[in-house]
Amino acid sequence: MNKLGFYPGCSLEGTSREYAESVLATAELFGVELAQVPDWNCCGATAAHNLNRALSLALPARILAKALDAGMKEIVVPCAACYNRLSVTQHELFLDEKLRRETEEAVGLPLSDKVEILNVVQFVERYIEGQLPEKVTQPFGSDVACYYGCLLVRPHDVLQFDRQEDPQAMDRVMRLLGANPIDWPFKTECCGASLSIGRTELVAKLSGRIVREAEERGAGAIIVGCPMCHSNLDMRRPQINKYLGARSKIPTLYLTQAIALACGLDKKQSGTRRNFVKVDWNALRNS
Amino acid sequence: MSRNINPHATVDPECLTPAPEPHGRHSAHFSASSLASQASATVGVDSARCYQCGKCSAGCPLADEMDFTSSAVLRMLQTEDPAADRELLTSQTIWLCASCEMCISRCPMQVDIPKLMDFLRQRSLYEGLANRDARRNIVAFHRSFLDVIRLTGRSYEIGLVVDYKVRSGKLLQDLTVAPAMFLKGKLALIPEMVRDRRGIKRIFKKTDE
Repeated sequence: MNKLGFYPGCSLEGTSREYAESVLATAELFGVELAQVPDWNCCGATAAHNLNRALSLALPARILAKALDAGMKEIVVPCAACYNRLSVTQHELFLDEKLRRETEEAVGLPLSDKVEILNVVQFVERYIEGQLPEKVTQPFGSDVACYYGCLLVRPHDVLQFDRQEDPQAMDRVMRLLGANPIDWPFKTECCGASLSIGRTELVAKLSGRIVREAEERGAGAIIVGCPMCHSNLDMRRPQINKYLGARSKIPTLYLTQAIALACGLDKKQSGTRRNFVKVDWNALRNS
Repeated sequence: MSRNINPHATVDPECLTPAPEPHGRHSAHFSASSLASQASATVGVDSARCYQCGKCSAGCPLADEMDFTSSAVLRMLQTEDPAADRELLTSQTIWLCASCEMCISRCPMQVDIPKLMDFLRQRSLYEGLANRDARRNIVAFHRSFLDVIRLTGRSYEIGLVVDYKVRSGKLLQDLTVAPAMFLKGKLALIPEMVRDRRGIKRIFKKTDE
């Protein structure tokens, strides 16, 4: 059994509980044990990097230091926003020694760049993809729209993950689950992110365009790897529908929910019972 | 835009050399007190490198909501006009930017606009110039978010929303979604806390600006 570090982040303990449930259920099914980074804290998210640069580096640095202290070589970070903040912090601190010393002083713990930070797709590629052919028992039969958003792929210089405008990794995984990923131009358009509470109407517009495009191109589901994208596309659907002037029905699934469903796990294990827009598995699977 | 900016102004060809942006060094092209020179000195973003191709603004998902597009922001910085600097610090633009990073992914000169936006937001708060509307919604949200982290070490939705309602005065917002979230098991009543809250307090204290 592979044992990896795990940084759930705050969303996965609250608004995105279904993401945590599907990540953990999938990991278990594929023989991976995920151990939480001890006494982890919030990464600071958009608020910290908008308001206070030093804080926006120190909060993720504490997480990385805690992982290092626990002897974790790889940590799985399913939230794209946390993944982005941890990766950018590690990158910046190991380019600038003075900044690193100041941050270590604030955190009170030593840092190292030896902790590898895996996003959800990298986790799937490394530990799950190879076993998919034998584990998929109920393949998808529908078209799906893989939506990567911003923070999984940008900034490319730092993250070095996939193509920044037309990424392919989730499309490849979805093909292995039997789905047909559509070609569409909104893969990495922004959903409005943290403007969700401060300027909800802007999120309705930005996310509304994404939902409309996916639906018009015939996708049966939008596949995501980010709790912020998910809550904007799923929980903000009433506002989106108001912006669109129509009732959109397309559900938004986390990549790990899609894997869980295709491997025969139920609503509870895949967490799809918590989605706001109903996930009609019978309509998505190959029957 | 309210001010005249000459789009044909010449740019020193030296600025166009694509070299990695140095940290902690003033750009030779700017006078020390301008916003552009502060950005160069503190976060290493040299706005002189921008040659106004406009790709950033063309790809920006929020450009049509902004008072100044990202390429206009760069041009304004290049002028080093104190009035332009002030307009930037009081603009909506810097708060509307969602840090999606589309601009830098398409910038031929790799001017780190997202980092520049973070810098401008922080300057604007420091100088007490933050846009009035933004202060009531976007800035209020970010401050509420950090209030919760300072106390508990982790984000906590109910605490965040209550803090935000107080800061923004929008008492009725999102009242309909809360019960649905609760029924879906998405709202914890009791916050998850970091055990080492002293460590979190230390981080906030040491990074207080």
